[in-house]
Amino acid sequence: MEPIINWHSFFFLFFALVTCCFAVAVVVAGNVVRMACYLVVSLGAVSGLFFLAGADFVGAMQLMIYVGGTMVLLVFGVMLTAKGPFVSLETGAGNWILAVLIGGSLVAILVQTLVSVDDWFGPEGRRHEVAHTTDGNHAVDAMHGAPSEAIETKTGKSDTGAHTATPIGLGLLGVRVDKLSQENERLRGGMSGYLLPFEIVSVHLLVVLIGAAYLARARRRGSEISEKDLSAELRKEN
Amino acid sequence: MQTAEYLATYLHPSWSWLAYVVVAAIQCGLLMTLLLVAAAAFTWAERKVSARIQDRLGPTRTGGRFGWLQSPADGLKLLCKEDLVPGDADRTLFLTAPYISFCAAFCTFLALPFANGWVAQPMNIAVFFILAVGGIEIFGVILGGYASASKWSLYGAMREAAQVVSYEIPLGMCCVIPVMIAGSMDLVVIGENQRGWFFNWYLFHDPFTFITFFVYLTCTVAGTNRAPFDLPEAESELVAGFLTEYSGFRWSIFFMAEYGSMFVLSGLGAVLFLGGWNGPIPIADLLQLTPETHAVAGFLGNAIGCANMILKCTLGVIFMMWLRWTLPRLRIDQVMTTCLKYCVPMASAMLLGAMVWTYAVPDPRHVPEEPGAENAVADEGELATAMIDNKGMIDNKGMIDNKGMIDNKGGR
Repeated sequence: MEPIINWHSFFFLFFALVTCCFAVAVVVAGNVVRMACYLVVSLGAVSGLFFLAGADFVGAMQLMIYVGGTMVLLVFGVMLTAKGPFVSLETGAGNWILAVLIGGSLVAILVQTLVSVDDWFGPEGRRHEVAHTTDGNHAVDAMHGAPSEAIETKTGKSDTGAHTATPIGLGLLGVRVDKLSQENERLRGGMSGYLLPFEIVSVHLLVVLIGAAYLARARRRGSEISEKDLSAELRKEN
Repeated sequence: MQTAEYLATYLHPSWSWLAYVVVAAIQCGLLMTLLLVAAAAFTWAERKVSARIQDRLGPTRTGGRFGWLQSPADGLKLLCKEDLVPGDADRTLFLTAPYISFCAAFCTFLALPFANGWVAQPMNIAVFFILAVGGIEIFGVILGGYASASKWSLYGAMREAAQVVSYEIPLGMCCVIPVMIAGSMDLVVIGENQRGWFFNWYLFHDPFTFITFFVYLTCTVAGTNRAPFDLPEAESELVAGFLTEYSGFRWSIFFMAEYGSMFVLSGLGAVLFLGGWNGPIPIADLLQLTPETHAVAGFLGNAIGCANMILKCTLGVIFMMWLRWTLPRLRIDQVMTTCLKYCVPMASAMLLGAMVWTYAVPDPRHVPEEPGAENAVADEGELATAMIDNKGMIDNKGMIDNKGMIDNKGGR
């Protein structure tokens, strides 16, 4: 007999609902900090979906990078640019129309993809859900060497905890654990071995970041106001 | 999961879902009790330690000779205080911020093992999980600081963000070194690799890990905003930093989160460097209290290990208190200098050094892994064995294991 509550489905629905609701809330909210807060909850729920799918490495990565990154965004984006105590954004009607058009077409494409794959409606509900979660996160997938493949190999084994960290690390180095039984020599490698490009891109991003910080700083330093003028101005204001 | 499935055999099949709830509730209840009791005990200890360092007696009258009841009295006082919300504050965020911090601190406990296999959620990436979830704790602080609509709070939150984000880098690097030596991110595996006498601890593995441990300690103190790095709540400059507008119970929730994260980071340090549940003298092994002898003996051995682990965590927290009441507070630029000019380069150098050492001096105790690989990267052939090894280690107990909760195999 089937149990009344299937916890896997329950938590999948729960996390999916939280993700979607808070994603909508990000769009609807007017206050920037509230938006960032909702975004954090939404991204956190996505990581919950990853944990649920057995991809705990990607889940933790999601927490570390996206949730942590949003916090930094909050600090730098809001606290350093805000003029008043609580910044709010007003979205114009034109922007709304444009956003609905673009967002709607993206949803249409994703839904069409979702419906077109028969496997996702098969008896194996698990696979169906894994596909769901990775659907909107191709970026994460690409970054960690397509872990969804690794998840599938893992679920096939169906034993203790998820061992996704090692396959992902090996995938970055050029060995696809899940394709070892592949007959074709060239297919066996899969899409892997992207450690060097990955590192180059990350170092490049770091350079850009430091460059941006430097440029923003240099402008302030080069301004005409000397310290003396500044203190005089401050006195005037007071 | 095994526990839950065992429990489910006693239940009607359609009620088997209840087993997972019960097992999860027991585990969460145990961890929550530990966190709250630890917070209460540490509040008392903080008063006593600070008093002794300053040549005072501290609480003596509340509840007998040593002021044992000081923490409950404090708690009662805080509960009776008015729950103030500033008029200009963003009310919802202000009210939820403490809970975000507390939840993050509590979630880190889920991955922290207290003995061989005594962990709420056995995880292949426990180290990474603790660091990732622990990082969310500052989100509550930043949110609280911002939502208070007070300049003191905002300054505190900004400092917190700058400080914690900076110190996460050397902290992560320090954690990578034991992970590299053990060849696994699983804390149970890392702890078990240090089984035996105290010279098996990773602290004494090589000179580099020895230095790394102290870098780790520095980063831990800074990461939990404890003095001398307590800039976010520097009371001499910022009234109380991000806590300025908080009163009563919400304030104490922030404090519980802080003590919780101190405890967890001490525990992480204990497992990574100080052998975790393996005491300086392997009493359990000498008395043959292992699961191989008998299940009950294994349980006793694990209980001793658990006591060991909690003792180490407590010592870690007491050490942090000692630092707090001994060293003067650093300036914000000195805090950043300590991180970027000292901790990061030292951690990087130690990482390289430990890498070379593991490669040059093979460890006789366990199979050396490929150096330079953080994620237990081995050859294809070795991978299979490594996976089986890991599995066996986790498999043989599964005392506390609620993985089944999120696993539909139990249900289908």
